[in-house]
Amino acid sequence: MSDSPAPVLHAEGLVKTHYGEGAPAHAVRGVDLCVRQGEFVAVTGPSGAGKSTLLHLLGGLQRPDGGSIRLDGERTEAWSEARWAVERRKRIGIVFQFFNLVSNLSVADNVELPALLAGVAPKQARAEREQLLGELGLGGKERSMPGELSGGEQQRVALARALVNHPPLLLADEPAGSLDSKGTREVMRLLSRFHQRGQTIVLVTHDARLASAADRVICFFDGRIADDAELDGTGASRRSGISGVLELRD
Amino acid sequence: MRLPLLALLARGPAHGYELKQGLEQLLGSAYPQPNVGQIYVTLGRLEKQGLIEGEDVEQSSRPNKKVYHLTDTGREALRAWFEEPEDEPRVRDEFFMKLALAPQTGLAEQIALINKQRRQYLNTMRDLSKLAAAEDRDNRIAQLLIEGAMLHLQADLDWLERCQEELEELE
Repeated sequence: MSDSPAPVLHAEGLVKTHYGEGAPAHAVRGVDLCVRQGEFVAVTGPSGAGKSTLLHLLGGLQRPDGGSIRLDGERTEAWSEARWAVERRKRIGIVFQFFNLVSNLSVADNVELPALLAGVAPKQARAEREQLLGELGLGGKERSMPGELSGGEQQRVALARALVNHPPLLLADEPAGSLDSKGTREVMRLLSRFHQRGQTIVLVTHDARLASAADRVICFFDGRIADDAELDGTGASRRSGISGVLELRD
Repeated sequence: MRLPLLALLARGPAHGYELKQGLEQLLGSAYPQPNVGQIYVTLGRLEKQGLIEGEDVEQSSRPNKKVYHLTDTGREALRAWFEEPEDEPRVRDEFFMKLALAPQTGLAEQIALINKQRRQYLNTMRDLSKLAAAEDRDNRIAQLLIEGAMLHLQADLDWLERCQEELEELE
């Protein structure tokens, strides 16, 4: 325990119930989740299983009714809204299904804003932005407004914004949920690339293709973890896997 | 394999090794092991059926090689191939029968079966993503084959999810 660093994220006994009209919805019903540095974890499950609520709890966008969350070993129960907002700029990057870009700011400003708010010098914020946009294939789009971009491009801007302060943890909530098949592949490729460089990622998705980019897949059903599987990428124990799927039969 | 070889021969005469290379070029790494032995066996069969004809060509320093060309019958078979739509992909019936019969045997649990199957699919899916990433992005045919395989698996995974939703409610 003392040798290995604290997990980036450690949740215990998380519970969240939504009270609206009608019966209370038990979105998260006692979830333990530990994510270590450098892990890429995908949470999959049908819509309504509570996986987005789980992600919102992990990012402090909603507060749990019960249970605890530790980030890098630090307890978060006493954190105020303002404190969570600061942490979401520094320690946690988030991307959403509908990008949530500021529509009347340029692409460049959308990406630089969180850096400036975190106290980064303007020159440095600009350098970070240039580097990230270049890397995400958006060089030349700095002056565009979000509405002028395709969905895939907007999601890449959102990814740049989430990563501009080098947060140790990236949370992604259905990042390809409003993209076509090609856009999905693009997001998948980028998440894999950042993961290979050591980025810790928790991804919520109902898309199995996207989930398979992760090295650990959690299946979420009815507010609970139904399965937690490490993917070793060897088509399980059998040779059949990949060649079975692609082979030409005689 | 029979009809794809005929289709390759429709471009012009070729010998076995050239056909193997043709397949490799077309499908890239998406076609795991073009087996040259299998190609020769298939060519032999096609020749017997009169769909292609082989001609020995002398080589100065090596044994003769056989160059094949398409016959009129072969061209007709190929035309018929293009004419007909294909059967739907096989439903994973073996797994389904396991799932359906498990409760009566007391030997396996349905949710455990689903989880095991899902792990297998997810691992294959991961292999396919890696293959897609490694394959030349400009080889559209190879990329489309891999993407097709992934979309099929995705459908299987969605269906497993449906099974799990239904069966968990019963517990």
